Amino acid sequence: MKTWIYIDHFKGEVQPGSWEALGLGKTFGAVSAIVFGSGVDAVVKAAFEYGADEVIVADDAALADYRAEPYASTLSALASSGTPDLILFPTTARTRELSAMSSLDLNSGVLTDVTAVEVGADKVTVTRPIYEGKVLEKTVCSAKPAFVTLRSRAFPKPAVTAGRTGTLTKAEAKADAKSTVEGYSATEAAVNLGDASVIVSGGRGVSNNPSLGLDEKATAQKGFDLIGELASVLGGAVGGSRAAVDAGYITYAHQVGQTGKVVAPDLYIANGISGAIQHLVGMRNAKLIVAINKDAEAPIFTQARFGVVGDLFAIVPALTAAMKKKLGK
Amino acid sequence: MKIIACIKQVPDSEAKVKVADDGQVTWGEAPLVINPFDEYAVEGALQQKEANGGTVVALCIGPESAKEAIKHALAMGADEGVLVSDTALEGLDSAGAARVLAAAINKIGGADMVMFGRQTLDNGSGLTPPQTARALGWPMLGWVGQIKVEGPSGSVQVERVLEEGRQSVKANMPAVLSIVQSIGEPRYPSFMGIRKASKATIPVWSLADLGISAPTTVVSRAEISNPPTRETVCEFITGETPEAIAEALAEKIMAEKVL
Repeated sequence: MKTWIYIDHFKGEVQPGSWEALGLGKTFGAVSAIVFGSGVDAVVKAAFEYGADEVIVADDAALADYRAEPYASTLSALASSGTPDLILFPTTARTRELSAMSSLDLNSGVLTDVTAVEVGADKVTVTRPIYEGKVLEKTVCSAKPAFVTLRSRAFPKPAVTAGRTGTLTKAEAKADAKSTVEGYSATEAAVNLGDASVIVSGGRGVSNNPSLGLDEKATAQKGFDLIGELASVLGGAVGGSRAAVDAGYITYAHQVGQTGKVVAPDLYIANGISGAIQHLVGMRNAKLIVAINKDAEAPIFTQARFGVVGDLFAIVPALTAAMKKKLGK
Repeated sequence: MKIIACIKQVPDSEAKVKVADDGQVTWGEAPLVINPFDEYAVEGALQQKEANGGTVVALCIGPESAKEAIKHALAMGADEGVLVSDTALEGLDSAGAARVLAAAINKIGGADMVMFGRQTLDNGSGLTPPQTARALGWPMLGWVGQIKVEGPSGSVQVERVLEEGRQSVKANMPAVLSIVQSIGEPRYPSFMGIRKASKATIPVWSLADLGISAPTTVVSRAEISNPPTRETVCEFITGETPEAIAEALAEKIMAEKVL
């Protein structure tokens, strides 16, 4: 089994799921890590330290800003000469595109959002959720290389061995970009819900506090400030329900659920979220779910392990203070 | 400006989808609807038609009954619909779908932009948009929340809504775009639109009409199952004051050792 791991990064910041993929790859034998970009020495070094036996690197100005086309062409060229059996990726917006295009070049296939992998002599079988997780499917890729993108946090992250090295192989970049990156707007803070181990979310209920005497948006802003403080004490990310996003309380990047992000953190705290099915499918695989809602009949409580029927404006700050003490912060 | 919106028909998201005793996926009496993500693609296409003039064609692969999804797009304001339907397309994988769509897009006579939703509710892989771009050899602009066309058939500048922030990207047309929610809420079908859609003739193209044979399937389903059910009984935490409740809840959370 010749296994390659694609190390996904954004301007040198490695997507942690890449290391989970590397850890899984090691269970099948020796692995080669694939690193593309410009000025990526630190990523290469980290790949060795996380356990890569070989790192194949295409370090070229043409790969400075991720674009699907040159990355796919570079990977396709490498894989047609290197003939891996399996290429593992974390599942991100980038890797969906990259694996999709490269697999088309190589007449193979992609299995996305994978939670289990079985490797056979001439095929790879995986388990993946379909219909928003309502059904599990075992899917087979009968061509090589099989492109498999792993669901975030479905596999353990391997240990780091500082100073570990291996074989470094340099590869050529294919500079066939079809688009130009003009820049980033900093108006929205980076949100990576998929990798968060704790998510504290708010819903429509964050605007429900007449005693503040503020308008709807200002009340919601206050509610999300409280949620943000709790998230920060827990070292977590802030999420929102579709209702909160649609109402303009928080940006789309934070949305958990069907048209947002499917997440599986260790702890999910839902505040003022009633729990529409579209939200529940996005978070019900969290290890521990806590719900705070004024309405005892809210469907969110059917998924929660612990519930509080009450006002999030009173409970959340009290919980922040209590957790701060418990965690010694 | 010619825009093609690629759509799919899927079970409604409210549907209780499960694996029945016969091993097949069932969603009971729940209706099949246009994939909710694809409504954003239709909305994005209509916005660009309004801004630049032109036509919007809704393109769908599916059985005869998938015409209902096309009619939804027509009722929203699309000008024409095309259904690709062929018994040989049973079990089509995403790459196969991309090759069929690329052939259909060529038969339509190409386009300035092809728009997709970012993924479908059923399979959810999100692979078909980039694979269609690759099959056509066009630039792929994924996760787009804002579109600005410069010049009649020149370039398109988009804002991509990524986990790392909003990225501004420019490409020459024709291009393939996948559209996300930030584009704006999909418009409701108008009364006139619904009347127009109900009278529309939707051509149905077979693989022979497209001049291609059935794509080889590389990815196939071996088995399906229902996920293990999780018996959750919610333990309600009560107390005299918010502080007492919070203290008790904090104890419970710590005892679960997830932090």
